[in-house]
Amino acid sequence: MTAPMPISLEVNGERVDLHVLPRVNLADFLREHLHLTGTHVGCEHGVCGACTVRVNGEIVRACLMLAVQVHGKTVQTIEGLSDSGEVADLQSAFRERNALQCGYCTPGMLMAAEDLLKQQNEPSRELIREHLSGNYCRCTGYQAIVDAIEATAHSRRGRPR
Amino acid sequence: MKASAFDYARVASIHHALEMLSLHGEQAKLLSGGQSLLPAMNLRLVSPQILIDIGDLAELRGIAVDSDVLRIGALTRHVELLTSHLVAAHAPLLSDAVKHIAHPAIRNRGTLGGSLAHADPAAELPACMLALNATIIACGRDGERRIAAAEFFQGIYATALRPDELLAAVELPIARQNSVDFFQEFARRHGDYALAGVAARASVASGGFSKLRMAFFAIADRPVLANAAAKLLNVAITPELIADASVAFGNELNPPEDQQASSSMRRHLASVLFRRCVEALLARGRLYGGAG
Ligand SMILES: Cc1cc2nc3c(=O)[nH]c(=O)nc-3n(C[C@H](O)[C@H](O)[C@H](O)COP(=O)(O)OP(=O)(O)OC[C@H]3O[C@@H](n4cnc5c(N)ncnc54)[C@H](O)[C@@H]3O)c2cc1C
Ligand code: FES
Ligand code: FES
Repeated sequence: MTAPMPISLEVNGERVDLHVLPRVNLADFLREHLHLTGTHVGCEHGVCGACTVRVNGEIVRACLMLAVQVHGKTVQTIEGLSDSGEVADLQSAFRERNALQCGYCTPGMLMAAEDLLKQQNEPSRELIREHLSGNYCRCTGYQAIVDAIEATAHSRRGRPR
Repeated sequence: MKASAFDYARVASIHHALEMLSLHGEQAKLLSGGQSLLPAMNLRLVSPQILIDIGDLAELRGIAVDSDVLRIGALTRHVELLTSHLVAAHAPLLSDAVKHIAHPAIRNRGTLGGSLAHADPAAELPACMLALNATIIACGRDGERRIAAAEFFQGIYATALRPDELLAAVELPIARQNSVDFFQEFARRHGDYALAGVAARASVASGGFSKLRMAFFAIADRPVLANAAAKLLNVAITPELIADASVAFGNELNPPEDQQASSSMRRHLASVLFRRCVEALLARGRLYGGAG
């Protein structure tokens, strides 16, 4: 039975029904079956955070979930958060402060940062660093990333609800 | 790397899971959060023929208090331990310890049962079970087995679970009025596995200890209780006594050496933790108990 299995899930608001081999992880499924290449693959064993996506509203490592495990669940990727405008202000803060260089880590950083900002409207720099501790950036030195998240938290607080 | 090919079965009951386990034997692996198993499979350190996904089993979920016991289901995720009011009230040690496990995205998936069954010697939760004198409940085709934490952990990735059993829940004696918990670890970076760590529960009365269980991790092939803690029971605690006991504790150990730390560095860190832990427990006991 090492054959493809049927799965149904929702990805960025759209229903997906496909067959997939059990060994295919969620990151590869998104990239290769759905061509959503914003989810990056770095280490494939959970340490770098480049593959961070939301499953049922919570961030997870897409390299450490099987596509078959996501049957019946909802997935949101950086494409979904980007298209809906949810992270538009965070993205421009990253751009303004040079919080990205090569950009490899950026989708995962944005997913983790948005997760924090949903839980905390006034996170300290220490808390920001802690929440991003599982996301590696080989270029920026993190300072600008923490600045961008802090600035976004600040401007969201001033925004009328 | 990518995992090699395998079959996958999602089970709907404990009974079904146990049947699958006995059918496939050593070729099968249970899948809970997948946060230890899937990295190992991606690195091809293990290549099971079939994964039995127990992630849907409601019977393995839930946190509840029954008289003086806190029962936590195996599928309880790290994030749920972190936010549970029952855990904060009755086993604050766990709320503290979980903050040190990995990162938010991993804590959203990883489970208590998976962590205990995996039995990494540097993991936080096994040491907490030892400090709290937990009972681990294993489920097999012949029924339940209750295993004391001190017997459960048997070496690197080795436990008392039989290949055809699954871990269903743990039971912890709840914190009493005069009991205090303490957790601390040294790690290279936040969320990394520890170089050395301690999880402890004590009963403090009149400025001394009537009970003291200090479980150390990452300093042996399994979590271990400090025998030297016995020197501190039912006596007036002085700085000299703490210093003597921490030296005696260092001598109990023969820590492993790896790229992270040498054996002597681990012994040193463990003695420092021993001293800090005793001092912090006493101070907390005075603060909460008003005694001493
Ligand atoms: C980058 C990274 C950093 C990490 N850092 C830490 C850390 O600092 N400290 C720490 O403690 N952990 C750490 N972990 C591991 C994490 O805590 C895992 O969640 C945990 O060790 C295993 O839980 P799981 O539910 O994911 O188990 P799984 O990966 O699903 O399973 C692990 C093993 O246990 C078996 N198993 C699972 N459930 C049961 C059950 N109910 N009965 C019997 N056997 C079972 C499986 O067959 C498998 O062999 C880290 C993981 C990653 C990827
Ligand atoms: S690719 Fe998933 S954490 Fe690195
Ligand atoms: S911008 Fe290059 S890895 Fe972060």
